[in-house]
Amino acid sequence: MDKWIKFLEINASRIFDLTIEHAILVGAAILVALLIGVPLGIYLTTNDYLAETVLQIASVMLTIPSIALFGVMIPVFSIVNLGIGFVPAFVALVLYAQLPIIRNTYTAIRNVDPEMRDAAIGLGMKPIQRLFRVEIPNAFPVIMAGIRTAVVINIGIGVIAAYIGAGGLGVLITQGITRGDNYLIITGSVAVAILAMIADGFLIWIQKRYTPKSIAN
Amino acid sequence: MITFDQTTKTYEGGVTAVKGVDFTVEKGEIVVLLGPSGCGKTTLLRMVNRLETISDGKIMIDGEDSMSLDSIELRRKIGYVIQSNGLFPNMTIEENVMIVPDLLGWSKKKKKERFKKLMDMISMSSDEFGKRYPHELSGGQQQRIGVIRALAADPPVMLMDEPFGALDPIIREKIQDEFLQIQKEVNKTILFVSHDIDEAIRMADKIVLLRDGELMQYDTPSEMLVRPKSEFVREFFGKDRAIKSLSLHTIRELQDIIGLAEFDEGIEDTITINVNHDLRNTLSMLLNQEADQVIVIDDDGNKLGAITIDIVQKYLHFEIKAKPTLVQKG
Repeated sequence: MDKWIKFLEINASRIFDLTIEHAILVGAAILVALLIGVPLGIYLTTNDYLAETVLQIASVMLTIPSIALFGVMIPVFSIVNLGIGFVPAFVALVLYAQLPIIRNTYTAIRNVDPEMRDAAIGLGMKPIQRLFRVEIPNAFPVIMAGIRTAVVINIGIGVIAAYIGAGGLGVLITQGITRGDNYLIITGSVAVAILAMIADGFLIWIQKRYTPKSIAN
Repeated sequence: MITFDQTTKTYEGGVTAVKGVDFTVEKGEIVVLLGPSGCGKTTLLRMVNRLETISDGKIMIDGEDSMSLDSIELRRKIGYVIQSNGLFPNMTIEENVMIVPDLLGWSKKKKKERFKKLMDMISMSSDEFGKRYPHELSGGQQQRIGVIRALAADPPVMLMDEPFGALDPIIREKIQDEFLQIQKEVNKTILFVSHDIDEAIRMADKIVLLRDGELMQYDTPSEMLVRPKSEFVREFFGKDRAIKSLSLHTIRELQDIIGLAEFDEGIEDTITINVNHDLRNTLSMLLNQEADQVIVIDDDGNKLGAITIDIVQKYLHFEIKAKPTLVQKG
């Protein structure tokens, strides 16, 4: 136990810095993934043919082993001299986050009660008004569930980003493995788990806060 | 005024849901579209606000071809009430009711006043219910809110698609009556879909009876009950259609034409009934033999006379069946 305390005393600021780095990497990736995934998911509800194709591609993306995808990023980004570091890791995480976000947005909007949609059209709402006033608010919990899945997946996969020099909590784990240092491995893993729980807790709070009371159940 | 001119709906694949229907809904009238399921009544209704396209023929609203108007503007000028789930769960009652005024860009103050006025109309407190959400209201209250939402921007025309269909019979009758009262005030041109014959007779100034997309008869309820134009119409309204037609008449009408019986103060087991009661309910009451004597009273409680099965039968026989001209409702 003493050893633990000593270890943490020495490494506390580094662990903190790496956690922040990890959070920034994942946070930035999720933000961009949202900007792509949510509008795309909404658009796909109007185009069944494209929906099938896009959802399949996104599914395939998720089945690529993370270490392989990160590996593929290196030669691709070497072309523009960004082979290792933040950018390739960021792009890989954006790709991983797409499926849960697109699929949940698509499904949520599709599943809005047709009678509710009918009423919205019948009252004379334009498509965009219908989307923002009726469809998105009522689809919100399911869209949020997709975002939460994406965040947790990304925090986990973000560990691998250390291998291509993107930093983050993966650094502790990879160093621990190469040096055979269990303290580093355990600290890194626990920090990742705690980060995931905090992030999910925060998103649950947002979800509860902005879900219309009447559809919360 | 809504005019249907050879209005036809053919779906892709050649199924015809509505076949060359012709009729006019006059201003301030309630016309009920009635018929068995699959007869095209809902399709016909939804063609008016262009939720369904018109394959052939025309629908004119106040003399203007509905196809010549912008569909969004057209819908904002037509009140629309549907059976269930029409209220948006993410909006408060006030937001729900004020959707169309909001889309039309009314000021806050004007919306507030309008909301209060509409809530008064259905005897619900705007302060108490305004900030609540639809799921916190009973089915009957939700349906009333659905009705005033359609009235919010004061559209001249209203479309109602089985608006009271999901309610239990007691609440339904109450809301039907309430709605008829509101209609007296607002005087809208209303097209109303129903599959319930009793509802149609109660609500309609005229009924359009449809079968397989074709108009079978367009008449007042009493005319349709007494003089069905075809075997289908006769069968649709059923063997008890004479009794049904009694709901179009009140005791007062009976009193004016053939008078009431003398009542006997000596009979102890007596119940009273208001003179404005309809004859169908009166007849049920008489047949149930709830009392030995049924005395008719007016609004002030004055006893006007007694009513018996014989008198109702006489009225039915001479006044409804034998009457050559139409008996207009209300």
